[in-house]
Amino acid sequence: MSTPVLTAVILLLALGAFYAGRRKSIASVQGNISRLHSLPGHYGWFMVLCMLLPGLLVVALWLTLGGWITDTLALSGLKGMASGQDLDLLLNQVRNLANGGIIPSNADPALVAAAHRYAAIQANGQMATVILSICLVLAGALIGYRLVRPDLAARRHVERTVNVLLAACSGVAILVTIGIVLSLLFETIRFFGRVPFTEFLFGLDWSPQTAIREDQVGSSGAFGVVPLFAGTLLITFIAMLVAVPVGLMSAIYMTYYAGSRFRKMAKPALEILAGVPTVVYGFFAALVVAPFLRGLGADLGLDVASESALAAGLVMGLMIIPFVSSLSDDAITSVPVALRDGAYALGATRSETIVSVVIPAALPGIVGAILLAVSRAVGETMIVVMAAGMAANLTANPLDAVTTITVQIVALLTGDQEFDSAKTLSAFALGLLLFVVTLVLNVAALAIVRKYRERYD
Amino acid sequence: MTDIDEKASFWLSDEMTARVRRRKRAEARFRFLGLGAIWLAIVALAVLLASILYLGLPAFTHTQVRLDITFEADEFRDVESKQGPEFDQALNRVDFAALIRQSLMSVFPDVRSRSDVLALQTLVSRGARFELRDMVKDDPSLIGQTIHIWLPVDDEVDLGYGHTGKEGAESGSRLSEKQVAWLDGLKADGRLKRSLAWNFFTSGDSREPELAGIRGALVGSFYTLLVTLIVVFPLGVASAVYLEEFAPKNRVTDLIEVNINNLAAVPSIVFGLLGLAVYLNTFHLPRSAPLVGGLTLALMTLPTIIIAGRAALKAVPPSLREAATGLGASPVQVVFHHVLPLSMPGILTGTIIGMAQALGETAPLLMIGMVAFIVDIPGGVTDAATVLPVQIFLWADSPERAFLEKTAAAILVLLAFLVLMNAIAIWCRNHFEKRW
Repeated sequence: MSTPVLTAVILLLALGAFYAGRRKSIASVQGNISRLHSLPGHYGWFMVLCMLLPGLLVVALWLTLGGWITDTLALSGLKGMASGQDLDLLLNQVRNLANGGIIPSNADPALVAAAHRYAAIQANGQMATVILSICLVLAGALIGYRLVRPDLAARRHVERTVNVLLAACSGVAILVTIGIVLSLLFETIRFFGRVPFTEFLFGLDWSPQTAIREDQVGSSGAFGVVPLFAGTLLITFIAMLVAVPVGLMSAIYMTYYAGSRFRKMAKPALEILAGVPTVVYGFFAALVVAPFLRGLGADLGLDVASESALAAGLVMGLMIIPFVSSLSDDAITSVPVALRDGAYALGATRSETIVSVVIPAALPGIVGAILLAVSRAVGETMIVVMAAGMAANLTANPLDAVTTITVQIVALLTGDQEFDSAKTLSAFALGLLLFVVTLVLNVAALAIVRKYRERYD
Repeated sequence: MTDIDEKASFWLSDEMTARVRRRKRAEARFRFLGLGAIWLAIVALAVLLASILYLGLPAFTHTQVRLDITFEADEFRDVESKQGPEFDQALNRVDFAALIRQSLMSVFPDVRSRSDVLALQTLVSRGARFELRDMVKDDPSLIGQTIHIWLPVDDEVDLGYGHTGKEGAESGSRLSEKQVAWLDGLKADGRLKRSLAWNFFTSGDSREPELAGIRGALVGSFYTLLVTLIVVFPLGVASAVYLEEFAPKNRVTDLIEVNINNLAAVPSIVFGLLGLAVYLNTFHLPRSAPLVGGLTLALMTLPTIIIAGRAALKAVPPSLREAATGLGASPVQVVFHHVLPLSMPGILTGTIIGMAQALGETAPLLMIGMVAFIVDIPGGVTDAATVLPVQIFLWADSPERAFLEKTAAAILVLLAFLVLMNAIAIWCRNHFEKRW
């Protein structure tokens, strides 16, 4: 059954259950609903929950665990055919055969048989789920309907269930974090099984090509993350050179100098800058800014790489301006007016007040904003994928091409992937590194803001 | 008296006036720096938008050439007797390129040498033959007739000749002098025209720039956002309601809150890695499908929606809650009958902004394989598809020069959608949001 039809059926069932529960509760007190423990609607909802919750739970369980159950059952049948790593590969083939439906004429008959077995297990599991959930829906409807009596505390049951469901929903956010950490960690541990941890963290070479033939050039594959880190830092540094002064100064000007008409024009401009998708910035960096810088460099007699760190960094800085600006705006406006007025009363000009009173008072907030901006820049992907290079150069020259962590993750995971190779796994190690770095920056930013915030009241 | 005079003369001394002047100059400098910072941002934005407009606008029109195509019955000998799928197969074998060649040669009868004919033929798009084939497929009675038809020209012609309409080729064009002369001839005949390129909106991706369109990417984006919305809206609103209204103040709640704030700052590409590891490698959902893309983007936008939802719920004044509680409503009734409906405009505004964010997102979708070259328009959430930002990324990487303007045009469409969504959000905020 297609998903829309199924949804419609479930909704109709729920509607029916609601009215059945409501009607029975009203009928049970001959229409005198003040004798009911709860409102009639509560009995309706009670019926809906009784009927649908267990069945939907079973379906959800099958959707999440079904693949794993099928794999485990199918694997026990495949044990005789291969072992270890090959077993995973074999299982993958069997799964593809079973789901793809097209079986090539020259396929191994044992494999075809296994695929049929796999499909059968899958079909049986689906059938069992459907039958079980239908039984549960019927049983739930029956039991719920019998339970509806005037003295049933329907409201309490319904509200407690609603509470649990809401809590479960907010638990999803935790699940996402756990999922990120576990999935990255799991693949990273497998990666460190092949490449030593120290080599990854301190190696000075990055060339993840593992050879197809033994005698190929660069067949060893080097996984030293230092050049990637250096490239990321270089581009981030350039971006910060643009974003921090411009963002901070524009926040200051907006708060202390701008007239309301100018603010009305400038604020939306900054908001637009924040709303432009990163892929657009990437296009701008790669096809407008980079050629311009290259031409400029040629005029000045400088050799600018066509994928220079400068182009990517400048455009990334442009992207981060509104971020820095809005965060430091918050920090500046939270400085109490009394401090400012005190400085004015002593005869300080506006700029003196800002430089020697407001900024020191807002410094924790501004530093926090800068750290968050750095974390943004480190994790930014599309601009560098489109405008920065692929080759890992260990250089501090902004006119050279460098590569970043995010560029390499994209390069490793798009296009033809080798299943399970160190090359593919290294992307997850880079992802974990990225996650840890940004997490540390965010936590540090929050900690700084909390710890050093001056309390004025 | 002398005391005051002394003080006044001190403040009016040259030294002091010079100092005041210096301080005023510093003030002006500072002010100028602030103004400069804002203007720098505004000018950069203007350059960004102007360069994209300049590059992209030409892609909304294209050059066409009018040819008299004769579907000679001879060519269709094998086709006419057949029916159904066999008819289509036989049609695929017909050399429509030859029909175009003959038609061109009838316009330029003195072109004879092999290389010249080839050069003449490359003026017309390589996709034109498929257009002719589809016409015959739809209407077999065309066989044996002669029709006048506007066909797309090759992208190099479109770039080098069509845009400027100048006599002669621009510098950098790859057209030869002969080709330019032929084009001048066609133009003099009234056989060239420039018109709106509807096919940019109605066709899918293609290797030929003059045939490539964004319909596939638009439909893919639509399905992806649909999945995202269906997943993230209930989940986000439920979380926001729980955290804001029901959660007990304890360490678990604190943990969830810190966690949501951190999730909001996790780089989007990490969500792509999560999607790859969980949806593709663990649950074996189809690669490149809007379903997986939507689920990945849902995880990414979840913190945004929760934070916006909580802000909207917080804005409802406590007096309303107290009044409802005083009339005997239970906490659940207070929230679902009063607080939630009142905060809905704020929640919807936040949701639209979250969706706009998801529409512009590219990086996580590269991780889950939505980066493939896909010609067909996706028909559902499990078909292989691409989305608008990824299409932009793919085109920006293409070597053909004509894709540059296609890319910029696709960016314009994307920006138009984003402006529209944000305008709706602002309108929602202004019209439905109550201030207490």
